[in-house]
Amino acid sequence: MSAAPTLELEIDHVDIGYHGKTVVHNVTLGLRKGVIGCLLGPSGCGKTTLLRAIAGFEGLARGTIKLDGEAVSQPGRTLAPERRQVGMVFQDFALFPHLSVADNIAFGIQRWPQAKRRERVKELLALVGLPDYARRYPHALSGGQQQRIALARALAPRPRLLLLDEPFSSMDVELREGLAREVRAILKHEQITALLVTHDQIEAFAIADRIAVMHEGRILQWDNAYNLYHRPAARFVADFIGQGELLSGTVLNAHEVGTELGVITGHIPAGCGPGDAVDVLVRPDDIAPDPSSTIIGEVSAKAFRGAAFLYTLRLPSGQPILLLARSHENYALGERIGIRPGFNHLVVFAADAPQPASMSKAPRAFSES
Amino acid sequence: MPATRPDSWHIGVILVALILALPVLVVFAHVFLPTTEVWQHLQATVLSDYVRNSLLLMLGVGAGVLLIGVPTAWLVSLCEFPGRRIFEWALLLPLAFPAYIIAYTYTGILDFPGPVQAQLREWFGWGYGDYWFPEIRSLGGAILMLSLVLYPYVYLLSRAAFLEQSVCVLEVSRTLGAGPWGGFRRVALPLARPAIITGLSLALMETLADYGTVQYFGIPTFTTGIFRTWFGLGDPGAAAQLAAILMSFVFILILLERLSRRKARFHHTSSRYSRLPRYQLQGWKRLGAFGVCLLPVLLGFILPSWQLGFWSYLTFERWFHPEFFTLVWNSLSLAAIAAVLAVVLALFMAYAKRLRPGLGVALAVRVAGMGYAIPGTVIAVGVMLPFAFIDNVVDDWMRAQFDISTGLILSGTLVALVFAYCVRFLAVSLNTVEAALTKIKPSMDDAARSLGMSPSQVLYKIHLPIMRGSVLTALLLVFVDVLKELPATLILRPFNFNTLAVRAFELASDERLADSASAALAIVLVGIIPVILLSRTIATSRPGHANP
Repeated sequence: MSAAPTLELEIDHVDIGYHGKTVVHNVTLGLRKGVIGCLLGPSGCGKTTLLRAIAGFEGLARGTIKLDGEAVSQPGRTLAPERRQVGMVFQDFALFPHLSVADNIAFGIQRWPQAKRRERVKELLALVGLPDYARRYPHALSGGQQQRIALARALAPRPRLLLLDEPFSSMDVELREGLAREVRAILKHEQITALLVTHDQIEAFAIADRIAVMHEGRILQWDNAYNLYHRPAARFVADFIGQGELLSGTVLNAHEVGTELGVITGHIPAGCGPGDAVDVLVRPDDIAPDPSSTIIGEVSAKAFRGAAFLYTLRLPSGQPILLLARSHENYALGERIGIRPGFNHLVVFAADAPQPASMSKAPRAFSES
Repeated sequence: MPATRPDSWHIGVILVALILALPVLVVFAHVFLPTTEVWQHLQATVLSDYVRNSLLLMLGVGAGVLLIGVPTAWLVSLCEFPGRRIFEWALLLPLAFPAYIIAYTYTGILDFPGPVQAQLREWFGWGYGDYWFPEIRSLGGAILMLSLVLYPYVYLLSRAAFLEQSVCVLEVSRTLGAGPWGGFRRVALPLARPAIITGLSLALMETLADYGTVQYFGIPTFTTGIFRTWFGLGDPGAAAQLAAILMSFVFILILLERLSRRKARFHHTSSRYSRLPRYQLQGWKRLGAFGVCLLPVLLGFILPSWQLGFWSYLTFERWFHPEFFTLVWNSLSLAAIAAVLAVVLALFMAYAKRLRPGLGVALAVRVAGMGYAIPGTVIAVGVMLPFAFIDNVVDDWMRAQFDISTGLILSGTLVALVFAYCVRFLAVSLNTVEAALTKIKPSMDDAARSLGMSPSQVLYKIHLPIMRGSVLTALLLVFVDVLKELPATLILRPFNFNTLAVRAFELASDERLADSASAALAIVLVGIIPVILLSRTIATSRPGHANP
């Protein structure tokens, strides 16, 4: 991988571990200036460790981390966090309780001339929508306000890179997506390069330009939200992003797979020949109710989602399958209904293989946006 | 990740810990040195007395503090009776009295010319030798005196344990038919046992460390024996060997306490807390509870303070002059210097432990904090021996090289004294500072670091302002402890340098009890400060209490 000058953050073949246990394996990732990236994965996947290594709180066992072309972390050599110009927003915000909001924001720019400092604090308070809160103290702020002040504080010194560690996890679930959009607007206004860590895909989709799905210390796919959903590069990604079931089938020819839902037509990628056993990813929106269809599923569970119902159907073989139906299509539990598959494209994994057949080489790790 | 290499924080902490451990190590090393003639003499004559008296004293004081501390703690935490809210904090007041001061005071009250016996003689027309009166200056008297001022340790810890007990457990015991007494005996007491043992072992450590009381009452124990062997028989080596035996007593206590604390973890099964429903005592039980709580406060604080106040009033013209204020100034400035140093060291150690978590630093911090269990006499011996050695070596070398005599640089100066205080009281500041530091979330440190602060700037700009209150508390606690400390001051003070504690001890030893009262009263008054702090802390520390 070449060190393109436009890359603000370069992570090159990095391993991180403590006490002889490796928690981040061979991670390579690049982030261009001004791009908002996201590390998405379940808890314990190593995403926070990787973030802390970028900030300089953890050392590396292997590989290099470069900021703006300058190597800041290598095994045995870790530039101190205070000398990296990397801002960070913490999960618990970590506002200094003994300082006012204004002093919190000004904390990282104490060497600036006073007039400039004041100006910057004022500008940031306006940017995060709390212009009148300068004199308040953190304990008098709501969770959302604290988070915005924490963001303003991290942005104040104009860091080269902003890291956000689960910034919305302490918020009400209903507020998260809106807050994530607000934060995205602020980050774009400041034209800052940012990397966010979250376990919540809705948050990730709302804020990030590019998302790296992490699992057991490895990056499985580094892509935009659409591709993560529609072209998952690994079974784990298919399972973790969105909803869906894997349906077993057999390759018939270069265009068709035979399954319980009938013959599905689409592009069968290289590597799978006729007669090979494969798994086909079926998303809830790939299936539609069709009373005239001969393919029958029995309703085994239903969840009301307001505008839609999410049904779990059982096919005659016992294979479960998900169906997203408009909310007036109200079926009873145990009812047998006709369904029709409507695939735009096929996501096919060779049976018992972690990589989909379509992925002949590792995903490209550098941002293309 | 490669193992973190030792850096300046590691080296600094281990160095400080080693220096602070020096006195204990020196004393301990004397176990392995060959014994002298003096030692054989001691062994043949007084050693068995020391052991017997120290053991009897521990046994008596142990029983005394349990008998006073546990019932009072249970009454104020689980029963309702008149005056309960006042007794909650008032029962801590005797903690303000150093044992030697209460001993002088009671001697003045109870000996032949004192007010009690004089009154009896007047009422019954007795003369000298006509009647029997208990001798306060005896082993029994010492046990009583020490119990009166040391029971608050047991009171404090068992009260905290009673309050921590989940209300469910106590309510279950009531629904199963246990009344107040049954609930106490079968539920509350067994649950509180680890805490009670901790309080007991603290009181017993203080008992072993006591020098002033036993010296004044003429009871030969280890502490008085160490003094006698060094200054009377002139054998520091044998004194250190006595000190080593005394130290092994302390280590046994620490071991017992650790063992009992290990079990404490399994005791709390539920974490539901609400206002404890108190037993409403009625009739004679109310009176009884009131009396049980009043007696220790009366005997351990009110009566002796009144006597000291009275004496100070009588001797006003004799003590109210510049010499007294020199004493006050000496005491306060010495205590202030030691307190600041102990807190700075504690901040350094506690912060290093935060920055460099790991066995090495944690162990060093533990070692640095162990001085609190060691009697002042032992520490004084352990400071004196190496300091005198260093002084001699430096002096010899300077004479040989430059023909200059440097004399005593360390021993016999305030340096030795302040060092001994730091060894003995670092644990006090360390505990306070560590507790405050662990309450500050690590993300605060990370946030400040990512905003461009170095680790020492984080300590100065974030931690210190946030834990200002705790740092002040630590300063105060060490300050008061130093002010009360007698034996180490007595051994290590520079020639002609007097403090309030030393002067009170000297005057009392010369049978000028009334004259010693002003200095003693000054110490007691300052000693009330930590009592106030403590009672405030326990008032707000109950789980489920409204204030955070």
